[in-house]
Amino acid sequence: MSDATARATRHAGVTDRSTLLGALMLAPAIVYIVALVGIPFLLAIGLSLSNATVGDPGFHTFVGFKNFERVLNDPAFPVALRNSILVTLATLVITIILATAESELFARNFRFKRFWQIIIILPWAMPVSLAAVNWLWLLDSQFSPVDWILVKTGLLGPGGVWGPARHLYYYGREWLGLGSLTLINVWRLLPLATIIVLAGRTSIPHEVFEQAQVDGAGFFRVLFRITVPALMPILVVVTMFTALMVFGDMALIAMTTHGGPGHSTQLIPYLAYVKGVEGGALSEGAAVALFMFPILLAAAIGALRFASRSESN
Amino acid sequence: MNLAIKKRLRRLGFWLGMLFFAAFAIFPTVWMLISAFKQNADLYNAANNPFLFNLPPTLKHITFLFTNTDFSVFLWNSVLIGVMVVIITLLLAVPAAYSLSRLVGRWGERSGIAVFLVYLIPPTLLFLPLYQVISLLRAANTIWALVLVYPTITVPFCTWLLLGFFKSMPREMEEAALIDGYSRWQAFLKVSLPLAWPGIATCVVFAFALSLSDYIYAASFVSETASRPLNSGVPTALIRGDIYFWQSLMAAAAIVTIPLAIGYGLLFDKLIQGFQPEAAS
Repeated sequence: MSDATARATRHAGVTDRSTLLGALMLAPAIVYIVALVGIPFLLAIGLSLSNATVGDPGFHTFVGFKNFERVLNDPAFPVALRNSILVTLATLVITIILATAESELFARNFRFKRFWQIIIILPWAMPVSLAAVNWLWLLDSQFSPVDWILVKTGLLGPGGVWGPARHLYYYGREWLGLGSLTLINVWRLLPLATIIVLAGRTSIPHEVFEQAQVDGAGFFRVLFRITVPALMPILVVVTMFTALMVFGDMALIAMTTHGGPGHSTQLIPYLAYVKGVEGGALSEGAAVALFMFPILLAAAIGALRFASRSESN
Repeated sequence: MNLAIKKRLRRLGFWLGMLFFAAFAIFPTVWMLISAFKQNADLYNAANNPFLFNLPPTLKHITFLFTNTDFSVFLWNSVLIGVMVVIITLLLAVPAAYSLSRLVGRWGERSGIAVFLVYLIPPTLLFLPLYQVISLLRAANTIWALVLVYPTITVPFCTWLLLGFFKSMPREMEEAALIDGYSRWQAFLKVSLPLAWPGIATCVVFAFALSLSDYIYAASFVSETASRPLNSGVPTALIRGDIYFWQSLMAAAAIVTIPLAIGYGLLFDKLIQGFQPEAAS
């Protein structure tokens, strides 16, 4: 009897009954997720129905839907909801177009590919809050090099198309602020999106492209007739990851616009943070945060149905 | 002739595209590196060309980072948290994904969507109740608070990713191992695990990257400087009210980002494989 079989017989009691082994292997993850996602999720619902504060975090009083009512009556909430949806959708559209284009480049072989890979993965390697600080300085109200270039090219400053001011004040205006948030999100999520699209792009069989070339199809024809349809299922995965990363993030806004001026660039997650932690109203913060779940759920179900339909086609 | 022009145009298009994407990716980092070495008098002079060193570069702000702030503490905390989160994530997610794909029957194979749903609950929804759980465990203000909660982000993601790998592996290989006298557990260790390694490598990178990137848990659970990771520590140490220590902030970001970018960049092709379960088997 070999060493392996000897050990196998000794362990046979537990490990050959695969259902028991299956349960044992699954249990730690389930227990962990129930304890730190499941129960807190229920607690979040409980919190939103109570009047807990940071100073008094117990669930002493049940107040029903009062917190939700208060949130819905808060003029900041609809603005935050609109902004969250707009920034997420804009980021998604731009990221998916750019990621598809970028994957078209990186699916080829070219010189010093590793070097270019390191360059384009850079934004993803930067921890979010440091990236936000980086962009805060890049689009600074006084010393932004972008403004400097615009002034030098005559677009900004006295006599420029964009007015006599020498600065655009990116984080101090509603639409420019939201646009900047979108741009930073695209910048930081493009590397991951490109990697995921490339996973789909490089698994399309070569013969498909070779055949198209034999048939004399041009680059754009191949792209829209062959590549993009074949990428559909993976684009759904990209959509879900990107949407989640943008919709749930508050680090960018916490470092840059702080939701201002006023609440004009406010986003849902930051509103929850401002109310729950900085304002001390745990219950109201939880109510704001809970509004995210149905939106994410609906988006996920939509994306998955779309994916299963395009897969069966 | 016509074909040669077409080929040249394609090459030109390719490199123009590449330059566009590279410039977009690297521009903030270039600005960061220039700023990090500038003297105050140079940095805060609007008349200067901001891309040039109008005064000689200085290392003062990098020294300041290491001598006058707890940057090295934040760095160490982040590495420690990252490594522990990676270990915990692998210990929980790898067996769970294998079990779902092989051992617990039909519903397990289809549980991918359920696993993904867990991933859909964002930290911004959970941080308020988790704050209470952390206080209850008396873990607030320690790095353990973060080690404990970060796997809530990484475990669902890695389980989902690995589920694809284990599902696409041919069952025959494990069955052959079982016939050879291996137990299920041994078949898992010696046959399935090595085949799933591109997925596992991707999980390691992701778990590390996600734990390094989180801001909301780090900002809400830890207010003790000595326990802060980079993401919350660097901004609080170098943004004091309205005063921004720009050069040191940029230096801190560069010191963290550049080595990570090189590391992730070298693993670029492996990360692609991580999202290609079919290709592994």
